Amino acid sequence: MMEAAVKSAQAAKTTERPYLQIAGLVKKFGDNLAVDHVDLNIQQHEIFALLGSSGCGKSTLLRMLAGMERPTSGKVILDGQDVTMLAPYDRPMNMMFQSYALFPHMSVEENIAFGLVQDKLPKGEINARVMEMLDLVQLRKYAKRKPYQLSGGQQQRVALARSLAKRPKMLLLDEPLGALDKKLRQQTQLELVNTLEKVGVTCIMVTHDQEEAMTMATRIGIMSEGQLLQVGTPSEIYEYPNCRFTAEFIGETNLFPGQVVVDEPDRVEIESSQLGNRILIDHGITGPKGMEVWTSIRPEDVRLDRRPPAAGHNAAQGKVEDIAYLGSFSIYHVKLASGKVVKSTVPSSRWYEANEEPPTWGDPVFVSWRSDLPVVLTR
Amino acid sequence: MDLKRLLKRVKPGRGAVISLPYVWLLVFFLVPFLIVLKISFASQDIAIPPFTHLMTFGDDGTLNIALNLANFQFILTDALYADTYLSSLRVAFVTTVLCLMIGYPIAYAIARARPDIRNGLLLAVMLPFWTSFLLRVYAWMGLLNQNGLINQFLVATGIVHEPLQLFHNDFSLYLVMLYAYLPFMILPLYSHLVKMDLRLLEAANDLGARPLKAFWKITLPLSKNGIIAGAMMVFIPAVGEFVIPELVGGSDTLMIGKVLWNEFFDNNNWPMASAVATFMVVLLIVPIALFHRFETRQLEGEKHV
Repeated sequence: MMEAAVKSAQAAKTTERPYLQIAGLVKKFGDNLAVDHVDLNIQQHEIFALLGSSGCGKSTLLRMLAGMERPTSGKVILDGQDVTMLAPYDRPMNMMFQSYALFPHMSVEENIAFGLVQDKLPKGEINARVMEMLDLVQLRKYAKRKPYQLSGGQQQRVALARSLAKRPKMLLLDEPLGALDKKLRQQTQLELVNTLEKVGVTCIMVTHDQEEAMTMATRIGIMSEGQLLQVGTPSEIYEYPNCRFTAEFIGETNLFPGQVVVDEPDRVEIESSQLGNRILIDHGITGPKGMEVWTSIRPEDVRLDRRPPAAGHNAAQGKVEDIAYLGSFSIYHVKLASGKVVKSTVPSSRWYEANEEPPTWGDPVFVSWRSDLPVVLTR
Repeated sequence: MDLKRLLKRVKPGRGAVISLPYVWLLVFFLVPFLIVLKISFASQDIAIPPFTHLMTFGDDGTLNIALNLANFQFILTDALYADTYLSSLRVAFVTTVLCLMIGYPIAYAIARARPDIRNGLLLAVMLPFWTSFLLRVYAWMGLLNQNGLINQFLVATGIVHEPLQLFHNDFSLYLVMLYAYLPFMILPLYSHLVKMDLRLLEAANDLGARPLKAFWKITLPLSKNGIIAGAMMVFIPAVGEFVIPELVGGSDTLMIGKVLWNEFFDNNNWPMASAVATFMVVLLIVPIALFHRFETRQLEGEKHV
């Protein structure tokens, strides 16, 4: 997984022609801009996740790739072929539908064979391919069953087999695990990735579940209001968000608005009234002095102490307002003098290692962080 | 425990609710049918009512039961009846096929129409029911006859020089049968088509099926239940139809309903008429039983979902 992520990140940086090129893709529904000038390149064998909340345009983008919606403008080029205006039945891509859309009147093997029959393949080859797919998803025993006789997880595998049977150049997955309950979903995520990597198919999946995207994808694209805000590997997106939306959407974060007051090549100081202190960053940023910026600091990077920290900056005093005890760690909500609530994730081991009583509701505490940890966002 | 007691208290009420329709069917369908069955075994008599009793007590106290099978014998031997039954089945069958061919596209169009105009379109299908059936058939007579509106229009516009024979033939019979029974085909078809998951068609397209192919492979098989339900709703009443063949059909149109009428009112032969009716019921029970079996199987299938 990690290896694949690194490989694909390297692949994305090389200059060779991308496998799938999406250029300036726009979809308007009336006056509503559902997809707003999306540019995206995807390399072969990548598993790319489009992540966003509902109504962000990710499904419309996927449907345009599948040919079910016509783009208002823009181009889609797959493996050198312009497929922008091709009908769904002429595209070398297949889709795994949300809640599967299995044909209820056909058995499992008929469902899988459907696409092959449309291609008028010889009967022997169809049978061989269906068997291969049934083995791939381990459903050979269920070949004669009807979809309603299968469990949710089995239906998901039939849908996968059906969409892979034609050996598409590209597989589109619309909320592939959205119809499964939480426990089964986590288990299925890795299983699905393993299957996809075994087949080696290039994938674009759409999901609203960030955990699903982080677990399964080699790269993620964050979408909001029709725009692709950031594209990167899961760790890039988490560690270096490029905007407030991404920072808040992926994981939890504390955001402090402020102005740049000191701007030097190796250090930046930001005045934040919400923190009631200066934020010190140990590297330069591209932006003029006095600029409005937002500083993002993850809860796990915020240190919680009873005593004031040594350094004067990147720290503030507050009161414990709320504690969420989650076993191995707790999330402390600390209310600062400005009224701003800072979240801090504290490992449970932190207190007995220091031989201290954990702070409780109402206790005065200090929050602080290292100057290399915050991310400064300009939009 | 409390729940159990509650269920016990509810049960008699539930039984009453369920048995109510059965009581209705018993009193208004089964009992009348048994009376008809009884009459079919009697002989014609000059009396009021005009048939003999099946059971009579003799003066010496013996019970005489007289079952007259001659009516059934006559139905089986006289070619007229066989022809009539066959002709009725043919008319019903052709009507069903016509209704299906015209009703399917209409039901499909309504089911795929914008949701806000769907109810309006459905209402248009049902609108004719607000006028008496008999009046609507008479209206067709006014349209179709020699000096009817259609002929007047055709002659006036010079499309034809002589009025066309549109009336009292198979054309008018099937036209009015189609008109009268079409809603019974459209409504069950619509209810099946409208609940179909349209993503199945997208999936079929995605897998390489063009729209027409997707219709044959997905939409049509999935609307099979609607087709069967609609066909039964048209076929069964069409077999016994009396008014339409009588009023707009040709004089040579043989229909069971017409024969029944003749036996009852022209020949005053109630036992013969009852035998014809009994025979028709038996003839119709076969498709009804098939339909019923199909429906039960479908219900059992849905339970698995």
